[in-house]
Amino acid sequence: MSTAPSSPKSQERIGVYVCHCGSNIAGVVDVKDVAQWAGRELAEDGVVIARDYQFMCSNLGQELIEADIKEQGLTRVVVAACSPHLHEATFRTACQRAGLNPYLCEMVSIREQVSWVHTDRDLATAKAKALIAGGVERVAWHEPLEPLIVPINPTTLVVGGGIAGIQAALEIADSGYPVILVEREPSIGGHMAQFDKTFPTLDCAACILTPKMVAVGSHPNITLLTYSEVERVDGYVGSFLVTIRKKARYVNAETCTGCGLCIEKCPVRVVDEVFEAGLGYRKAVYRSFPQAVPKYPVIDTEHCTYFQRGKCKACQIFCPTQPKSINFEQKDEIIQVEVGNIILATGYELFDCRRIPQYGYGRLANVYTSLEFERLCNAAGPTGGEVVLRDGVTKPKTVGIIHCVGSRDSKYNSYCSVICCMQSLKFAHLVKERTGAEVYNFYIDMRTPFKDYDEFYQKVLAEGVHFVRGRVAEVTDAARHPGEEGKIIVQVEDTLIGRQRRIPVDMVILSAALEPRRDAQEVAHKFGIACSANGWFIEKHPKLDPVATMTEGIFIAGCAQGPKDIPATVAQGAAAAARVIGRIHQGHLALEPVRASVIAERCSGCRICNNLCPFNAISFREDLGVTEINPALCQGCGTCVAACPAGAITGTQFSNEQVFAQIEGLLMLDFSGAPRGAAVRMLEPALS
Amino acid sequence: MSTNGAKPKLAMYWAASCGGCEIATLNIGEHILTVDQVFDLAFFPCIADFKVSDVEGYPDGYIDLCLFNGAIRSSENEHMAHLLRRKSKILVAFGSCAYEGCIPALANLTSRQAVLRTVYLDNPSLDNPSGVLPQTTTPAPEGELTLPAFYHTVKTLDQVVDVDYYVPGCPPESHQIWAVLQTVVAALTEGAPLPPKGTILGAGQVAVCEECPLARHEKTIPRFYRPYEIVPKPGLCLLEQGLVCLGPATVCGCGALCPRVGMGCRGCYGPLPGVVDQGARILTALASVIDVTGKPGDNEEELARRVQDAVSTIPDPAGLFYYFSMAHSLLHRARVADNQ
Amino acid sequence: MSESERFEPLIIGFTCNWCSYRAADLAGTSRMKYPPNVRLIRLMCSGRLDPTFVLKALANGADGVLITGCHPGECHYLEQNYKAMRRYYLLRAMLTQMGIEPERVRLVWASAAEGARFAEEVTRMVEDVRRLGPLNWPAIAADGAEPAASRNGHGPAAAAETAPVVPEEAKP
Repeated sequence: MSTAPSSPKSQERIGVYVCHCGSNIAGVVDVKDVAQWAGRELAEDGVVIARDYQFMCSNLGQELIEADIKEQGLTRVVVAACSPHLHEATFRTACQRAGLNPYLCEMVSIREQVSWVHTDRDLATAKAKALIAGGVERVAWHEPLEPLIVPINPTTLVVGGGIAGIQAALEIADSGYPVILVEREPSIGGHMAQFDKTFPTLDCAACILTPKMVAVGSHPNITLLTYSEVERVDGYVGSFLVTIRKKARYVNAETCTGCGLCIEKCPVRVVDEVFEAGLGYRKAVYRSFPQAVPKYPVIDTEHCTYFQRGKCKACQIFCPTQPKSINFEQKDEIIQVEVGNIILATGYELFDCRRIPQYGYGRLANVYTSLEFERLCNAAGPTGGEVVLRDGVTKPKTVGIIHCVGSRDSKYNSYCSVICCMQSLKFAHLVKERTGAEVYNFYIDMRTPFKDYDEFYQKVLAEGVHFVRGRVAEVTDAARHPGEEGKIIVQVEDTLIGRQRRIPVDMVILSAALEPRRDAQEVAHKFGIACSANGWFIEKHPKLDPVATMTEGIFIAGCAQGPKDIPATVAQGAAAAARVIGRIHQGHLALEPVRASVIAERCSGCRICNNLCPFNAISFREDLGVTEINPALCQGCGTCVAACPAGAITGTQFSNEQVFAQIEGLLMLDFSGAPRGAAVRMLEPALS
Repeated sequence: MSTNGAKPKLAMYWAASCGGCEIATLNIGEHILTVDQVFDLAFFPCIADFKVSDVEGYPDGYIDLCLFNGAIRSSENEHMAHLLRRKSKILVAFGSCAYEGCIPALANLTSRQAVLRTVYLDNPSLDNPSGVLPQTTTPAPEGELTLPAFYHTVKTLDQVVDVDYYVPGCPPESHQIWAVLQTVVAALTEGAPLPPKGTILGAGQVAVCEECPLARHEKTIPRFYRPYEIVPKPGLCLLEQGLVCLGPATVCGCGALCPRVGMGCRGCYGPLPGVVDQGARILTALASVIDVTGKPGDNEEELARRVQDAVSTIPDPAGLFYYFSMAHSLLHRARVADNQ
Repeated sequence: MSESERFEPLIIGFTCNWCSYRAADLAGTSRMKYPPNVRLIRLMCSGRLDPTFVLKALANGADGVLITGCHPGECHYLEQNYKAMRRYYLLRAMLTQMGIEPERVRLVWASAAEGARFAEEVTRMVEDVRRLGPLNWPAIAADGAEPAASRNGHGPAAAAETAPVVPEEAKP
């Protein structure tokens, strides 16, 4: 909280570098005037050199700074250029190369905050000067800092056993490091396990996925925790402590052989809403699907006769193992694991097509969702791969496939779900192949980028599938014309011919949008990451750092980050694994030294700050009567610094002195760039 | 520091103050004899008959130690501050008024007009039918009568003159006064080094909590109470019970007198060393531990309303947080309609 | 006042490193336009915002202060913006007593994706503060006299030597 009686600024030798960024900055800001002004007017604030240069971030620009540090003996550097989020690391590294502590460099954003958002040259130039004055005043208070080194526990937690999580787990495990894979459902496999064929090659999803599932199940480096959920995450990068709830399966994994006799003998049939998307049945004791990994079944207590009525126990009676593997007394188990990094691959949820009532899903029997259709044409599915209507026997003669259901629609999700065009083409092909029916695809735009995708589109076109461009207005069974009776009519404006069309079909498939998991926000909060406005997990950088997050040690992969197809999902799973393996290889991690600390001599133990830290970095030492901050747990938010009533907590890189000085600098000039005489230094507090 | 074997000269003056500082000073007990032994009184209107003209007659720097209490409220206060600064080697802002404005500076929440109106016009015990207000000059048959100008803004001593040391407290505790006097006496008589200029004397380095015997825990406070609303549980931190206590933001030295008897600290000893604005510190601390939080997906307006409801259980935050430090605060005063 | 000599407020904006600062970046990369009256300070989190910073900015002559942070529930540090929110509302109650209109110190949530919202809020705030007129704080603090403060800072010790001047009437 203090400002020392004599400002340190006079002792510093500050270099100011103003970037043209080609014409990006120089086109609006008079960069030469700014540099000259800084050299002249900020001389008494410690500026000894001020330059402007075409591209500060270029090698030559960086060398300019390095040379000045060495030759002019600069002790502080201010670079006025783009956002620090772009090039702070660049200039810090340049300073470091020249022997100056990187944290003695401050960036001032005169591109994103000035030239790109303002148009008046004089006013933009004035603001650029004021921002630089703020930077110069601030940097004088910077301190040399050293990164905090934390060791990395080589074990990794992967959350989600879909293809993204499977890929990530296998990559890490194959490179020799332990992985704990947590899956909420009784089996790994995710959505991909439900699919029939995969576009554009049409190889069977199970054929390519199940070997990977088996590899996960049998990998010596992978601990598989299915039917489990993460309850709580403590700790920090390198040493997270994760609390996991293993839900009771009522099946003893140690003794169960996976023979399946219990499933056979179970008298209760339940509609399988999850794996079979409501099209098929399972038993009250069940495996999600025959190739499930692990093979042990699970008892659905909600439908189990024994759990509901206290008798039956058929599964236990018929269990051939000794001792019996069915254990009705099993309880949820809470376990804790220590891991160094976490990969979140929690996948997506399918848009609920009932939300668009005019498409008739749930009302018209032969309107199917995309997932239902996947099960319908899956050889292992409820119809054995026969594409038939709900009556189970009739083959459709005409099928309509509607794209963008719940996507690209401002009422539901404005984003594109990425996979629907290709998926719909795949459906069209499969319908043709299995039934020979006429197929209509109703699309807004065809989006078929990536390898071999457009070729697939051409192939489906050549197969004689009809394509109608236009958003479908309604799917109805209300016939208006003789030919429409007993059919489902798709009402659509064909925008290519500019006419309303009514196309009678037997079956409609809705290509439903991919949506974030319903509990994505909650999960994000648990792991200390953020969700975008649409609800997808936010990556550290949308282009350059797509699998890392803002929270060190937490990575994301697959559709949890946004809709994507299988190749991209697998690539992200592998990418996240690569990032983690790199970390583990290093053995330790250098953390940004932006940290808070308690000045023990000033702490009276009032305990105001004690429960302000969501990372549990703050603890009270009863023996000493003072509060302490664990620097490895501290994430540097500064909330406790701002809260301490005694000013006994300080924060590096965002200290009070730095902010006060920056305020003074920013208010040095008025709106038009003229010096403000009234810029008042605060009353200096009397210091002891 | 003393000249030619003569005893050092001591002055104590009251500007805008209540006289409590003088009482506290005289309350140092038998030590007063030592003070008498060491010092010659040069000016001490409360206990001895000195005239301002006596002071004006002293050479500059004649007074070795001047304990200046009271805020700067009028042109007379300011005149005396300049005079005593000139005549004193060591000028001490003594007590909360001189140091940080204290109760007189609460008038900075309002205007000169409002103060004059309250005192001279709206006062129920006053009969002033013609609405006479004090004037700086009034013609009289005997000549022109003058009164000091009444300021719009109450100031601290160091806002009008250079100050050497500060002694906080309303009033400073007598044992602390004696400790301060001992420090100065040691310097004057034995040549001991004086603390660096600007030092706060007669106070500790940490907050009042250090001296407070009440048990403290982690704090989450759903709402605050005014002292009359609840009877605090004995032995437990008052803040945790929802009673505003400025102890955490106030430097110790008083012995936590108020919390000991169930009344939250009001902050008279001022901020901790290095703190710029005491009111902001207690404000941020109290707000930090208010137990109103949200979860993802909460309605933002509804959340804001809940926060405001909890915050509104602190009535008069400006008066409470700047009870003693208004003049010393970053803003110094409120902006009022008839600002002049 | 004519258009050419209209009052141009100075506003200090506090941004969170993770959301609103990035929203400002996004406003830039999207070439959105907003008035140049706002000067930004980057903090790690709105939870770092010490109310002292706001008082300091106002005392030093800012006509308004814009505090920005992640939307509730989206804090990069999980829940620190709730603390910022509590401080903000208590500070606002206090500032109202100090005669500072609530419109001058504003709390705005802006996610990293809300460049447009950031630009709009800045524009709106500049217009609102322009309507309110100058705050004139250093003069108000000094009892009408400009404190003769030195930039190397020893307080307004000499202020009393200057004759009091009547500041522009503070607008209610």
